[in-house]
Order: sequence, then structure tokens, then C-alpha cells
Amino acid sequence: MADPAAAATATAKAAAAAKATTVPTKARRSVEFRGGGFVPQSRRWIGLVVFIVLLLAAEAGTRSGFISNLTLPRPSDVLATFVELFQSGLLWKHLLPSVSRLMVGALLGATVGIGVGILIGLFSLVRAGLVPLVAAIFPIPKIALLPLFVIWFGIDEGSKYALIAFGTFTPTVVATYGAVDNVDRTLIRMGQSFSLSWFSIVRKIVLPGAMPGILSGLRISLAIAIILLVAAEMLGAEYGIGAYILEAGALYDLERLFVGVTILSILGVCVSAALTKVEKHLLRWRV
Amino acid sequence: MELQLENIGHSYDGLTVLQDISLNIPTGRIICVVGPSGCGKSTLLRLIGGLERPTTGQVLQLGSPPARSINPLTYIFQDFALLPWRTVEGNISLVLEDHQLKTAETAAIIDDVLARTKLSDFRTALPRQLSGGMKQRVAIARALAVSPAVMLMDEPLSALDSQTRELLMDDLIGLWIREKFTAIYVTHNLNEAVRLGHSIVILSRRPGQIREVVEIDIPLDQRHPGEPELESKQQHLWQMMRDEAAAADKELIDG
Ligand SMILES: Nc1ncnc2c1ncn2[C@@H]1O[C@H](COP(=O)(O)OP(=O)(O)OP(=O)(O)O)[C@@H](O)[C@H]1O
Ligand SMILES: [Mg+2]
Repeated sequence: MADPAAAATATAKAAAAAKATTVPTKARRSVEFRGGGFVPQSRRWIGLVVFIVLLLAAEAGTRSGFISNLTLPRPSDVLATFVELFQSGLLWKHLLPSVSRLMVGALLGATVGIGVGILIGLFSLVRAGLVPLVAAIFPIPKIALLPLFVIWFGIDEGSKYALIAFGTFTPTVVATYGAVDNVDRTLIRMGQSFSLSWFSIVRKIVLPGAMPGILSGLRISLAIAIILLVAAEMLGAEYGIGAYILEAGALYDLERLFVGVTILSILGVCVSAALTKVEKHLLRWRV
Repeated sequence: MELQLENIGHSYDGLTVLQDISLNIPTGRIICVVGPSGCGKSTLLRLIGGLERPTTGQVLQLGSPPARSINPLTYIFQDFALLPWRTVEGNISLVLEDHQLKTAETAAIIDDVLARTKLSDFRTALPRQLSGGMKQRVAIARALAVSPAVMLMDEPLSALDSQTRELLMDDLIGLWIREKFTAIYVTHNLNEAVRLGHSIVILSRRPGQIREVVEIDIPLDQRHPGEPELESKQQHLWQMMRDEAAAADKELIDG
């Protein structure tokens, strides 16, 4: 009982009744709580704590000699290498081309992917024609096609853009047409019943309705884009995070390898955070 | 503008849903349609509003709608059908945007319908912030905004609790008294039917056919709850419906 006053009166009444009839009062206890859980709650710092604990464990392990330096580089050494990379100015030299490749490639792939996905969602003819094609190219490891892209688009930036764009394209298409299919049909009927033009229905009802699905699809597509970025840069790039990692790997320079990997992780976290921002803005209307 | 249904019949892949429906819908009156579940009431409404083509027969429009009518045949849906990403105001302006109205004109229409449905204080609220009754009022405001010649309402109050339903019924009566709109009102609820209908069409179970048309002559604003004539009409409707409903209930959906 939430209200103490009500509880008190209830007790008093029960006592009075007991006195009047001299029936023994029954045992009282609150109902066992069985609800709660199964709802994601925001606990911001836990993730960071897990991360720090792991790093500290690695640091302690490598310092005490429990973990040999050949197995895992010491986190503090990795940090020192990173600082060195930053101070030498090489960080930007590697990072900027990577980021620009990622942006161009992912933008191209996502834009075309969303466009094609919407067309598939809207026109059954396009659907019949393209869905099997998309299903056929989805499972191809795009990295395997890199030589082909090099022939088609040249060894320079072209083939890298193409690889990233192609890899982002397929998951975006699949997510987008699924999202369009899931748009509430009653809303579309409503639009038709008010004689909205076809274009208005698509722009004002179908697109916003599909937006949540499109954005969660983009999350996956952009992670794939980062993976492909490294793959593309491992082949014939002078600068770029991928080239940096490849070089470190060839020399078994674990510190630099880890610096490169960490930069990629941070890049991934940034992309994901940016998407969350976009989602918060575009999907304000959701709970 | 009057509507006339001529021998309407409809079937879905061999399943006959409606048969031989002929009905006149005169201007300025509310026609209630009642019938057991699955008898084709919603289908009938979709046929009248041109969202589907009847298999046989035709829906005729007699005369032309008033010039100021932006969308002559306008629906009010059971589940409100509001865009969750648009505010109250945005949901209403949605149906005006395609019609090349001047900005001031649009604003005036929105102000007017919000005032008529007592929603002026909520113009910037999102649908998720509104109760069911308020959502349906927004849907009614949206329908009023396009000055319909005929309103097509498919169980507009079914998703609401009974208190809210009473209040909205009063609102609908108030709106009708102010401006005598034409409406076809599909409902499960016989009480709604006798409160709002000038005539009540009873459909048989599937395939839906007109069993009877009951006229009620008491003016809408004098139909107080407990009125003997209304009670007896409602009783009569229930007698007609009961066997149909019981029989319909036992049928398999795809049978
Ligand atoms: N698009 C459709 N395709 C196939 N069958 C349909 C379709 N729409 C409705 N039906 C069938 O037609 C019959 C009548 O449906 P309708 O929705 O018109 O009934 P209703 O009288 O409105 O029922 P309720 O009272 O439950 O709202 C039902 O048996 C339903 O299964
Ligand atoms: Mg129905």
C-alpha cells in the first residue's frame, strides 16, 4: 500500500474489527515484487569502467611479467607510441585520407542504397528485378573483388571509394526496403483518402515512417564501411590507417599495430555517436 | 451532394462479402451502419470513399460537391491514423498542403477547426502526448479542415473508453448542429447508432445485405439517454442483430 495514512486507517479498522469479534488478525505482509527488468536503462559509466579495468589488468600483467611482451604490448607503451605519432604529425597524414575515403565511399553507397531500397519498396517491378540480384551480391566478400575494382577504377582513390561504396550499398538496400515495407499501411490509406499526391505520400508518410529502420540499417552499413576501408588501404595506399596497420603488422610492431586498431575503434565509436545524434534529432517524435 | 449506392456487391477472391446493397445517402443526414463482425461494413465504407472498386454495381455521386469542399469524401478512422512525427497542427496542415492554399488561408482553417474541436491549446503537441479521445478529436479536426461533403466514419469511437465516447458523441452532435454535415457512420455500438443516426442500416451477416433501415425522427440534440423511444428502437435493433451476430460468431473467417 503506497499511502501510509490509508494503511494506518486500514490497520485501525482491522484492529477494531478484531476487537469487536475477537477473531485473530491474519498475518500481513507485502506482496512479493516480481516485475522490473527487461528494459534497457542508461548506465553511462559502466562501459567505461569495464574498459579501464581491462586496460589496467593488461598493464599490471605485462609489468609483472605474467603476460610476456610478445603476447600483448603494454598499454602505456601503446599510448606512448600514439603520442609520438601525434607529435610527429603523421597521425593526421594517415587519418585524413582514411576519413575522406570513408566519407566519400560510405556517402555514395548509403545514398544509392537508400534510393534503390526505396524504389524496391515502392515498385513491385523493381522489387521483382532487383531483390534476387541484391541477395546474390550480398554474401560476396567485397574484398575478394578488390582486384576487379582496381582494374575498373584504377589503383588510386577510385577503387577504394568503389569498394567501400559497394560494401555499404547492399546492407543499406536491404534495411531500407524492409523499413519501407514496415510503414503502417493505414497511414498510407489515410494519405490516399485525403487525395494526397503520390509524391506527397512518399515524402511525408513513407519516408519518415521508414526512417527508424533506415537509420538502424545505416549503423551496420557504416561499421562495414570501416572494415572495408582498412581492407582497401592494405592494397597500395601510402597513407591511411590501413596502410599504417599493415606496415606495423609486417614488422611485428605490436605497439603500432594496437595504435592503429585503437584509432579504428575510436573512429567507429565516433561514427556511431554521430548516428545517435542524427537519430535523436530525426526521431524526436518517438518516445 | 448526394450519394447513391446501386446494387453494390463485393468479393475477395471468391469470398462474397457484400451483396446487392442499394442505398441513398441524402445531404445533411447521418446514416449509421450496424451489422455483425465481418459482414463487410468497413469494406462498404472503402467502396463508398473510392479506396476500393466494387466487384458489381456502382457508387454514384449526385450533384457536385460545394465549391469550398477540398476533399469531398473524407474518412475518420478507428485507429485515428495520425502521423506520429507531426504535431497536431502538422497533422492538419498535411491534408491542406497539396491544395495550393495561401499560407494565411491555411492558418485560418487550422485555427478554426482547432477551436471547433477544443484543441487550440494543444496545437504543438505530438500524438504520443495525447490521450485516445484527444487523438480522435485531432482526426475529426483534420477531417473538418477539408470541408467534406460526406464524412465516412469507421467505428470512430471504438478505441475509446465509454466516458470519452460519451463526451465525443456530444461533440459530434454539437458539430452536426452547427453545420449539418452528411455522414456514414459504421459502428458496433447500438447505443451510438440510436444517438447519432437519422437512419440506421442493419446489415445481415456475411455476405452483407441490407436487412432493414430504421428511421429515427427525434432531432439529435433532443436524444437524451433513457428516452423511451430510443430505448425501444435500440431494443428492436438488438433483436434483429442478435441471431445474426450469434450465427456470424460461429463461422470460420475463411469458411
Ligand atoms: N483486403 C481484403 N482481402 C481479403 N479479404 C478481406 C479484405 N478485407 C476484408 N476482407 C474480408 O472481408 C470480410 C469483411 O471485412 P470487413 O472488414 O469489411 O468487415 P467489418 O464488417 O468491417 O468487420 P468488423 O466489424 O470486424 O470491423 C471479412 O471476412 C474479411 O476477412
Ligand atoms: Mg470494420
